[in-house]
Amino acid sequence: MNTLAGGLFAMFEPLVASGLALPLAGVNWHTFFFLVFAAVACGFAVAVVAADNVVRMALYLVLSLGATAGLFFLAGAEFVGAMQLMIYVGGTLVLLVFGVMLTAQAPFVSIKSTAGDRVLAGMVGAALLAVLLQAALSVPAWRKPGAGRVAEPAATPIGMALVGVRVDAPEAGAPAINRRPGYLLPFEIVSVHLLVVLVGAAYLARAKRRKTPRAIEVAASVEPAASVAEHAEIGRDRSRGSSVLAGGRS
Amino acid sequence: MNPAFAVSVPLLGLISEPVSVAHYLVVGAILFVAGVACMAVKRNALGVLMGIELVLNGANVNFVAFASPYLQAEGGRSIGLDGQVFALFVILLAAAEAAVALAITLNFYNNHATVDIDRADDLKG
Repeated sequence: MNTLAGGLFAMFEPLVASGLALPLAGVNWHTFFFLVFAAVACGFAVAVVAADNVVRMALYLVLSLGATAGLFFLAGAEFVGAMQLMIYVGGTLVLLVFGVMLTAQAPFVSIKSTAGDRVLAGMVGAALLAVLLQAALSVPAWRKPGAGRVAEPAATPIGMALVGVRVDAPEAGAPAINRRPGYLLPFEIVSVHLLVVLVGAAYLARAKRRKTPRAIEVAASVEPAASVAEHAEIGRDRSRGSSVLAGGRS
Repeated sequence: MNPAFAVSVPLLGLISEPVSVAHYLVVGAILFVAGVACMAVKRNALGVLMGIELVLNGANVNFVAFASPYLQAEGGRSIGLDGQVFALFVILLAAAEAAVALAITLNFYNNHATVDIDRADDLKG
């Protein structure tokens, strides 16, 4: 980074001489990249709120979460940043995009919220932001600039903590395998939870053999948007009727 | 760099200083508020889901910031590995939550032929 800064500074030296100084020598490159990633993350997060088109919202969310992964890398949490990219951006958001594609019939691509809702949400959001910023900036210890202690990037401490052994920060007088609790039990709970959730999701989303909603869906895609509402009404009544019938039979 | 210049252009002063935990907390707060606004405003069920993802990410940014040894001031203590492991758990649970919520949304779409959550009023008395 220092060589990069030096090279850029040499490039701008004529400008420095002419008085249009870009003080690149004083630039903290870690801070510079933090500001870039933070601007992308926050800007696209606000864009998700502002956009009406659901496809664009998905794209903005991908960019925002990717920039957040960059922030994780900058904070020294390389493994978490990699997991953010792999699980969140690569998995969860692909799932969301699948949802968008499956439900993106013409009337539903952009459902506009009313102006009153937007104003109300803006006011509530501004108030919440003011409270959070005040809380974030009120503790002096958090405002001191970081000392820049760089830990060696390695996944070993996290992996060992997940199997129950804490190799980081051993307590005074503790043996090599120290007494601080690891995360074996939460790890097991989370893994079983994930299994149960995926089985449940597959059960919930499985294709059911109902002919009425499918017919409505085809009609909704063929006919103009205005008639979708009444079809939905019919569909609701029919599904109610069929569930009553099913209950009667069982 | 020239201090007078840094004062006259505050953004350059921001660039030349090291990052602190508070910087990350501000980013986390903005992500969180954007997510809450998204959940409140959007009428598309998938938009609400995206708001939840943003909220969880704002929390994750805070966890990672407090866990980072790089951002702690001299003599300050980070929560160390705990924050990173919690961030991992949050990511995993967000994946699980997205799977179930998407399944519910698709089911709702199959039954009602819409994803407008204002139409989900079957249980209204």
